[in-house]
Parts: sequence; structure tokens; C-alpha cells
Amino acid sequence: MELTAIARLAAARTQARQRYSQTQAADLFITIGMGTCGAAAGAAESLEAIERELAKRRLAATIKQVGCVGMCSFEPMIEIQAAGRPRVNYGAVTSRNVAEVFGHYFDGGKLRRAVVVGEAIPTITTAHEHELHSLSFVAPETQERIPFQAKQLRVVLSNCGLIDPESIEEYLAVDGYAALERVLTTMTPEQVIAEMKESGLRGRGGGGFLTGLKWELARKTQHWPKYVICNADEGDPGAFMDRSVLEGDPHSVIEGMIIAAYAIGAEYGYIYCRAEYPLAIRHLHMALAQARALGLLGQNILGTDFSFDLVVKEGAGAFVCGEETALMASIQGERGQPWPRPPYPAVAGVWGQPSNVNNVKSYAYTPRILRLGAAWFRGLGTLGSPGTAVFALTGQVQNTGLIEVPMGVTLREIIYDVGGGIPFGKQFKAVQTGGPLGGCLPAAYLDTPVDFDSLRAAGAVMGSGGMIVADQDTCMVEFAKYFMQFVVDESCGKCPPCRIGSLRMLEVLERITAGEGTLEDLDELNRLAGGMEAGSLCGLGQLAPSPVRSVLRHFQEEFRTHILDRACPARKCKALISFVVIPELCTGCMVCARNCASNAITGEKLQVHHIDPDLCERCGLCAEVCKFNAIEIVSPR
Amino acid sequence: MPIHLTIDDVPITAPAGATILEAARANGIPIPTLCHHPDLKNVGACRMCVVSVKGARALQTACTTPAGEGMVVNTMSAEAVETRKFVLEMLLTDHPNDCMTCEVNGDCELQDLVYDYGVRWPEHAGKRHEWEIDPDPNPFIFIDRNKCILCSRCIRACQERQNRDVWSFAFRGFETKLVAGADQLLLDAGCESCGQCVAYCPVGALVDKMSMGKGRVSQVQKVRTTCAYCGVGCNFDLNVRDGKVIRVTSAEDAPVNGMALCVKGRYGYDYVHHRQRLTQPLVRAKWLDAETQAARLASGEWRLADQATKRLGGRVGSNGHQSPNDSFIAVDWDTALDVVAGKFAQEKAAHGGDAFAVLASAKCTNEENFLFAKFTRQLLATNSIDHCARL
Repeated sequence: MELTAIARLAAARTQARQRYSQTQAADLFITIGMGTCGAAAGAAESLEAIERELAKRRLAATIKQVGCVGMCSFEPMIEIQAAGRPRVNYGAVTSRNVAEVFGHYFDGGKLRRAVVVGEAIPTITTAHEHELHSLSFVAPETQERIPFQAKQLRVVLSNCGLIDPESIEEYLAVDGYAALERVLTTMTPEQVIAEMKESGLRGRGGGGFLTGLKWELARKTQHWPKYVICNADEGDPGAFMDRSVLEGDPHSVIEGMIIAAYAIGAEYGYIYCRAEYPLAIRHLHMALAQARALGLLGQNILGTDFSFDLVVKEGAGAFVCGEETALMASIQGERGQPWPRPPYPAVAGVWGQPSNVNNVKSYAYTPRILRLGAAWFRGLGTLGSPGTAVFALTGQVQNTGLIEVPMGVTLREIIYDVGGGIPFGKQFKAVQTGGPLGGCLPAAYLDTPVDFDSLRAAGAVMGSGGMIVADQDTCMVEFAKYFMQFVVDESCGKCPPCRIGSLRMLEVLERITAGEGTLEDLDELNRLAGGMEAGSLCGLGQLAPSPVRSVLRHFQEEFRTHILDRACPARKCKALISFVVIPELCTGCMVCARNCASNAITGEKLQVHHIDPDLCERCGLCAEVCKFNAIEIVSPR
Repeated sequence: MPIHLTIDDVPITAPAGATILEAARANGIPIPTLCHHPDLKNVGACRMCVVSVKGARALQTACTTPAGEGMVVNTMSAEAVETRKFVLEMLLTDHPNDCMTCEVNGDCELQDLVYDYGVRWPEHAGKRHEWEIDPDPNPFIFIDRNKCILCSRCIRACQERQNRDVWSFAFRGFETKLVAGADQLLLDAGCESCGQCVAYCPVGALVDKMSMGKGRVSQVQKVRTTCAYCGVGCNFDLNVRDGKVIRVTSAEDAPVNGMALCVKGRYGYDYVHHRQRLTQPLVRAKWLDAETQAARLASGEWRLADQATKRLGGRVGSNGHQSPNDSFIAVDWDTALDVVAGKFAQEKAAHGGDAFAVLASAKCTNEENFLFAKFTRQLLATNSIDHCARL
């Protein structure tokens, strides 16, 4: 019986490998990124256009749809490889650019709107006797890795953009479920936990708790059934790490969960995924059905005594359900509100039973660690934070996207080397990590290494992987206000410090940006922050003041300018700015006056115009349409 | 295995599984609470019971944290006290300042804590809720959401004690709202008006509607009594002001029912002072000896019943005569019982025991119904006895 199940998997893998290499060696092989980022940029239309173009050129091609490779600013992206030609990756391939891309690849024509991202090289990193497949992008001229990729190390994202997430065969071809096979046939649960502890993997949801230790606690609780839960309720604004993994490589998460279930002795599992991720949910459902069909889920997995199955539970749109106790309440069909700990989930979690909750990425690392070994993982990153860090790099940075770097890389390297620096030659101002519960760091902290402990020491947090870059035009008071507004919207309302405290903090911030602040308001902000931190029930309320605290610490002067000078240095706070015409530059072309929605601009043709500050709504349209840069924003008013 | 811990420098022994709060209160150490009630599951929502535990990363809620062996707890650490003050201040920033006219003045857990912790009602220009007052036509339960502190005691009382699950929270954050059903009216949401939610409300958000404006806790005398409606024997307190029952409140120490009461026990007390209430036996004039009747009516011992006077009111009776024989006379109990006993004996002698059929009541206790059965079978000599609860 045992031999049969394992043999079936081995046969499936051999067949998968053959098909995989056949596909790679096809005469014409096209890959298209169909993650949510690709789809949002029009990848589905591009695909239709590609098929039309192929028909026109009378070409037959093998087309593979993959997840996101992380270069969101280049979407939609396609990759073309024809026999005897290099493998070239193109960006901005919207449906109207498809023809020019084909022209460029086959006929040496010019690219006008689409761009060459690089030559994509399938890369196999060898660790011990095992292999890790991924993709590298090199510049066609130099054959060196492109800057966006040079400092990256794709471990948890290695399959994203490489394999077809809708096919278990592709996952098997890149050694998927090999770790599970190894675990079930050669390791005891204790050995799995020991290996995970040895790897030093820290929880990628942001807490940084040792994953192996968490599993050990859940294993020790003598109470059945036990549950394994994957927290895929990624809610930070601008964060999409987990989504990309689920969309682009769902099997790795499922494999990690099966291994975790084996380690702690669980029979059931949940993937709690936010309903706003329809593609991720679709891919998860497909992957679960495929895994069940291969005997990787269900009764007697791979012919062993171990049985485990899991279901996808869709969230209903609350940020707080990313908090593990609120998440479990939500699974139980209750209002998504956290409950106090102790008892910890390892003792009494969902349905009152021992539960192990990990982030998507923590589970996705698991099969890689158990396949390539704890020592390999420890060799990456830093001593205290082994492995890699995944960030959704967004905001005012040249290359926005999903990146993975070894722990210990500095913020500067991420923002300037990977991210390509700040667009339009502007100055860096701050970087926010950890989303609305994290903190921001100014330029002086750019050389801070990115790992759990260094970021915490600097006053920011690792978080689950959101990284938002702000440039010189960002008003930091406004920045802090934005995150506090988010908390006000997302507080569950269970405990008074968060429910009411967050609103009171927002009101103070609104007062300051409206030019009605006093210096006492700064103390009031700190006082309210202290009350929320000490009094709130869950991490949401306890950490919600962090962005405000960090702005108060690093950008105190900006707060004082708002209060004392009634001025916004970034000229963003509408109540503190006015638009004025620079007489020397105004040509009296009347464009601004015609565009002004509130008829605040007066002036005769060829005469210097005037903006009435009382009528002006401060929408900024006049400054945008002025061809002579004759409209300037001044603050104070 | 009992647990040994130290709370406020006092060594304490607590039973295994006890929370810090239970251990402290059992030993006379007060810890303030709002959302906690010993009858209900703990949710740790209000944050009033936070205490400092040596070695813990942050403040712990005493109501949910189990007492641990060797634990050192400080219930009045500066941080805990500051946090409680902060919580109270935050609650007051969204709470009306109308203790003066509030129904539960003097009987309000929030008011007591605000007093204990010396918190002032904060003036501010920020947002306060302005919910409609008394938006629900339920005849017994008055709702003022402006006073609601979202402690969820009503929700848990309805869910855990009454198993009706009418109340819940809707929306989130500052907009969180206590709602019945899917934000419906109480009766539409399946409310049976037992008033448990009112009994467990620590503030003036849920109030007994019939008692509004009739007297606050300092103005009433509480009289413990047993409910007359059925044989369960629930105890509760009649709230009496100037000799009138103005409200029924749950008695936490009631041996049979604790805080629980049904709609009749809690709200069905208006018969007490009802002008149509029978307080004396009434016997038709024709069953009474005419001479005795005339003498007792003349002496004022008996009187012509109000109901009878009103019903006849100078009009002609059903037998065509304005007959005093058809009138009710309010008599003493002995006379009334003599009449009944005499007629029972007469009927039994004439027709035997099977002339009788007896219907007993659920309002009687077991003992009373037992006696009734004995009386029926042995004295009336019939087995035809049944009970209203079978209907």
C-alpha cells in the first residue's frame, strides 16, 4: 500500500518533469503573467492579442500562464522564447503593443511603447543534493542581472512567475511535494519540529515568533482534534505578498500546511483568505482538488497513517481578522473580534481546540526548508533572522513591485538598488514598514539592516511585508493621519481604547492639518497613544499609534510648523496652502481660468491672472494645466 | 490543586482554574469591572480590570487571565490605574452628561467607577453619538444607545442565559451599534421581553420602560418576594416607593432563579395596584343568609362589591328584576369558604363524587397541587382532576 502511493507520486513526478522540459523546449514558448497585477494591467486582453498575432504570423506556440514575477510596474509582462533565440521578457505588453513586441522579437523591429525587461534565465540553485528552481533576469547587452533583481534572492517567491499555478504537474516538476514525501517517509513529527527550530524561521506574519517553537507548543497540547490555520487575510494597504504567493504558487502553501499538520498532529486545516482575492481563492480550490486526487490530502496521505484535509474559508473584509484570535472567531462564524490571550491558540484556538496559525509565507518556506535543509536556510540572511524577507515595495519609488531579499540587506539597498530610487529626481523622505501598525523611518535610518530585530530597534517593525516609500512631497502629518484613518475604519469596536481612542487621535491630527492645532496637541497625541498602547485588547489597538509616534519622533519639526506657522512644508494640507500666480511668468493665456471649477481665477487675456483665495477649492488643477509654471503653491496661506 | 499567588502583597490561595479576578474578589480585594458579570462568559472587552502581573509583557485583564502558581499581581499599579482612567475618559467622551436625569443614577457601574477614579466629564469638539432615544416600540424595554458602553453584557445575557440571541453588535469601530437581530425592532428579532438584558446592563442604556420616571434606586425600598405567577418560585425584589410597587428587579442571590425572570415575573406586576384587582372574596347575595347579610352590610363588615354596583348601576338584572340577589357582596374568607364547602357537601350528597371535575393550576406550587389532588380524591371522592398546564 505504502509503496503504491509513493510510487504513484514518483510516476507523476517523472511524467511532470518530462512535460515540463518538453514545454521549455517548445519551438515557440510564451509565458504571460496572469496574476491580479497582470490582469489589472490588461493581461487577458494581451493574451487574446497574442493569439491573434500568432494566427496572423501562422505560428504555433505553447502558452503558459504564470503568476506574478514581482515587477508590477512592468505589467502586463510576457516572455518569448523561440528555438535558437534568446528568452526575452517584455514589459508593458498591452494588447495594442503585442504586434510591436512580436516585431521586435522576430524581425528586429523597434519598440515604442513596450520595453525589454531582460532575458529571463531559468536558474537552478543547488543546495546539498537538492535544487531550487527560479528565474533570473539579465540585461541582454551585459548578461548581468538587471538592477531590480541583482540584490534579490527568490526563495519563497521562486516559483512565482516560473510555473503555471493551475497545474500540480508544474509544481511537481520543480520538486514540489518532495519535502512532504521526505517528511512522511523518513521523519518523525519531532524531527520535523527540530528541523524547523534549527532553521530559525521566524513567523512571517510580522510577529517574528520562532515557527518551530510554535509548532512544538501546539504538538505538546494533548487534545484532539487539532487545527492548522493559514492566515491569508492580508489587509495592510499596499501589501500583496501573500496574494502573489497564493496566486502564483498555491501548492507550496498547501504542502507547508500538510507538513505542519503532520508535525503538530492536526487532522483539519483552514486557509483563511480574504474574499478580495478571488484569483487566489480560485487557485487554492484548484490546487486542493489536484492534491486530493493525488492522495496528498485526505485519508492516509501517501499510504501512511497520517490523514489531513483542509478547506478555504473566505474572510468578509475586516482588517482585524488578520489578528489570529479574531480570525478564528470569524472561522467559527462569529463577529470578527479578537479574544484575550491566554489561552493561546496552541492550547485553545478555533472551536476551543489546539490550533496553529501561521502566515502564508511561513508555510511556503516550510517545504523549501525541509527539502534543502535547515543549514541551507540558516546560511541565508542574518544570525537572528535567517532567510529572506519579502516586501511589497510601493509608494514613491521607481520600481514598485514584489521583492525578496536576504535578511540584513539595508533599506537603502532596497529602495535605491532594487527599487531604483525616487522618481523624478526627488528626495527620499521616509519609508514606512509594517503598514498601518508599523512605523516610518527617515533618511538617517536608510542604512538600517532589514531584519526583525534591527527594524524594531530603529522604531519600525518588520510587519508582514508592506514597504511604502514617501518622497519630499509627502506631508508627514497627513501620512500619519492616513494610517490613523485606516485604524478608525478598521477598529473592530470591542474595546474602548481602540474604538474611541483612535478616533480621538484622528480628530487631533485633523485639527493640526486644518491649521487649528496647538502645541498641547502634540502631548495629547502622545497621551492618547499611550492609553491605546497600554489599554487595547489586541495588536491592532496596541500598535495603531505607532505610525503617529514615529512621525512625532522623526518629523516633530513638521508638526510644529503646521501648528506654529500654520504651514505645511510639503504644501499638501489644503487648509494651509494657497495657489498664487507668479506675475513674472503668467502670460495671461486664460487656460487656468477656463479650467477652474469654482471660478476663482480672474484676469483678462494677456493680463496677469489672479486667484481669489476665498473661492479657491485648492484642487490644484490650475497648477497642473499651466504650461508656464506660473502658479505656485504657498504655505502658510 | 490549589494555586498560590500574591495579589497586592497579600498571599492568596485560589482554586485551580480561578481567574485573577475571582481570586482577588474571593479575598476581598476589589478590581473594577464593567463588561464582567459572574453569570456570563468573560470577554475582556472593557479593559477596566487590567492589572500588572510581574514578568508579563503588558497589562493583563484580571477577568480572563487564569491565576498562576507563584504569580505576583499588582491591582493598583500606576500603569493599571492610568489605563483605567483612560478607558473611563474615553467612554465619557462618547457618553451624555445627564446623570441628573438618568434613570439609573445611583445604580450605575460606570458612574461609580468614574467617581472612584476621579475622572471628569470631558468637554470636547469631537464626535459624539446622537442615536435616537427610545427607538423601539417594545412596551417593556427602553433603549438609549447614547449611554451604551458596548460591554456586550446584554448580548451575552440574551445568548447564554435566555438562549434567544436577539442582541448583537453591527458595524465596527466607533460606529459599532448594539442591534436587535439584523438591526430590527426587538419583537421582530424574536425578543420575548424577559428583560434579562436590562437586568445585566451596567449603565442606563437599557431600562425598564414601565418604571421610567417613577423612582430611582435611592428612592425605593426593595422588598424580596416570591413570584406569584407560577410554581417555579422565582425570587425578586419589588421596588416600592411611597407604598407602591414601581419596578421589579432581579435578585442576584435568588436561590431558584438568580438574575433570571420571565416577562410575567419582571413586568407583570401592574396588577398589584390595579383598580379591578380582586382583593376580597365576592359571594352572590342569593347564597348568603338574608338576615346576616342585611346586618353585616349595615355594620359595614360586608359591602356591596364595586363591580356589582357598577354592573347593575340601577339597571334591570338578567332575571327581569332589579334583584339584589344577583349582586356580589364582598365578604370575609370564612363566610366565603363556608358557602363553597356547604355547596360541595350538598352536591356530593345529592349526586355523588362524580358530579365534580377539578382543574388545578400551574400557578400553584407542587405542594399545593398535591394537597389539591388529595382533597379531590379523598374528600370530593372523584378522580376527575386535571391541570391547566396540560391544555
